[in-house]
Amino acid sequence: MSGKLKDKVVIVTGASSGIGRASALAIGKEGAQVVIANRDVAGGEETVRLIKEAGGQAFFVRTDVSKAADVENMVNQAIKVYGRLDCAFNNAGITGVTAPTVGCSEENWDQVIDINLKGIWLSMKYEIPAMLKQGKGAIVNTSSILGIVGTEDRPAYVASKHGIIGLTKAAALEYARAGIRVNAVCPGPTKTGSVAEERLFSEGNFEKEKVAEIPMGRFGNAIEIAEAVIWLCSDAASFVNGQALPVDGALTAR
Amino acid sequence: MIGLENKVALVTGGSSGIGRATALTFAREGAKVVIADINIIGGEETARMIKMKGGQALFIKTDVTRATEVESLIDQTIQKYGRLDCAHNNAGMLEGIPLMEGTEAQWDRIMNLNLKSVWLCMKYELRHMTRHGAGAIVNTSSVAGLVGSPGTAFYAASKWGVNGLTKSAAVEFAKSGIRINAVCPAGIMNTTMYIAQMVKNPAFAAQLTSVIPMERDGFPEEVAEVVVWLCSDAASYITGHTLPVDGGRTAI
Repeated sequence: MSGKLKDKVVIVTGASSGIGRASALAIGKEGAQVVIANRDVAGGEETVRLIKEAGGQAFFVRTDVSKAADVENMVNQAIKVYGRLDCAFNNAGITGVTAPTVGCSEENWDQVIDINLKGIWLSMKYEIPAMLKQGKGAIVNTSSILGIVGTEDRPAYVASKHGIIGLTKAAALEYARAGIRVNAVCPGPTKTGSVAEERLFSEGNFEKEKVAEIPMGRFGNAIEIAEAVIWLCSDAASFVNGQALPVDGALTAR
Repeated sequence: MIGLENKVALVTGGSSGIGRATALTFAREGAKVVIADINIIGGEETARMIKMKGGQALFIKTDVTRATEVESLIDQTIQKYGRLDCAHNNAGMLEGIPLMEGTEAQWDRIMNLNLKSVWLCMKYELRHMTRHGAGAIVNTSSVAGLVGSPGTAFYAASKWGVNGLTKSAAVEFAKSGIRINAVCPAGIMNTTMYIAQMVKNPAFAAQLTSVIPMERDGFPEEVAEVVVWLCSDAASYITGHTLPVDGGRTAI
């Protein structure tokens, strides 16, 4: 690690586990001050502890990204504690219940769209004004390869992830002149080391069947998504804007 | 630094513009750089610029449209530095040619230099990389390879071809440990390629850069950063992607 985000203030939502936690840790190692925002208090505080243990700076602010007041508070806290906001990784999301379009309940639909899509709109709504104050900023939203292609039995998730790419492009165009870049990452199947994931992968031939579909012949690792996020946040990506970057071992190249 | 120390990188079209910027960025990150171009003066100058900063570089005059020259380029690279880790297949040309007025000779020239050259380079680079089970290739495409481009259909067709070739090769060699991506620049104005168009065909040149949402020129160095990052291990799960570096142009 080499200080690619030295002295930057970065918000990471959904950082209590998975890609969010791995990214928050990597962002901390790059020299940033990290604001950890999610609903799960124990997980969020654990991420803070891990960052501090590695010599970084971080604090936790309990945030439900689907609630405007929570998101507004998240940005206010970042400014209060660290004095500014340079980058945001809007990553909080849920997969929802597995059921086809006909079987998807309205409750599941609303919940997935509220957290995955409305959550990213709300995050940007409050992050962008803070970034406009210094005339510079970089936002990365977590979409998915399911924001590019479809799949069965997750209609709300697929719609939310496609929506995130639309929202990313729209926001990028609106604030391009103001010096704010907005991009999305689209992870393919990614290993994050969570317990639920281990359970899923150990079921039957799940992992073997999934891996067979990936041209690179393996799952991605959370750190590989984190590297893409850090790079998109950094000045090395200064002319990359409004893009949805697949990190997917060529899954969407087929 | 992103860890290209002891790596060997090849850049075609390295005598100017994006190619030169990439060659310099590879060198900054610690790689030994082979520069290939038909332009001897510019190519030697790029090598000199790298050496002046304490880096290692070698210029090899190459016409990338000729298989024998490309084969020799890779052979000489291996002979000199013993390996090939990264390649930026970047040589190409831009010309505004109205569809109905274009000649077969113009078509052949653009297809040979922009598309066949990328295939030839990959053909010989991959021969070496597959033997070692590792490597990263970035081809220079263009935003004209992602959208329709009135007034430059030949160029657009060649760049769409580069993207198709990139994705196919990426899937074909994904399990061999080789990653293959493309960059799709737009609005990069400080290059000899773009400046030549401004002189020859100002209306066409103006059209190329009129719709950049960031409302500023892009710099060759900003493309170079993308290319070098895609070649680094930080991008280890990214392959088969055609990444725009366009100030938001394709988000419209």
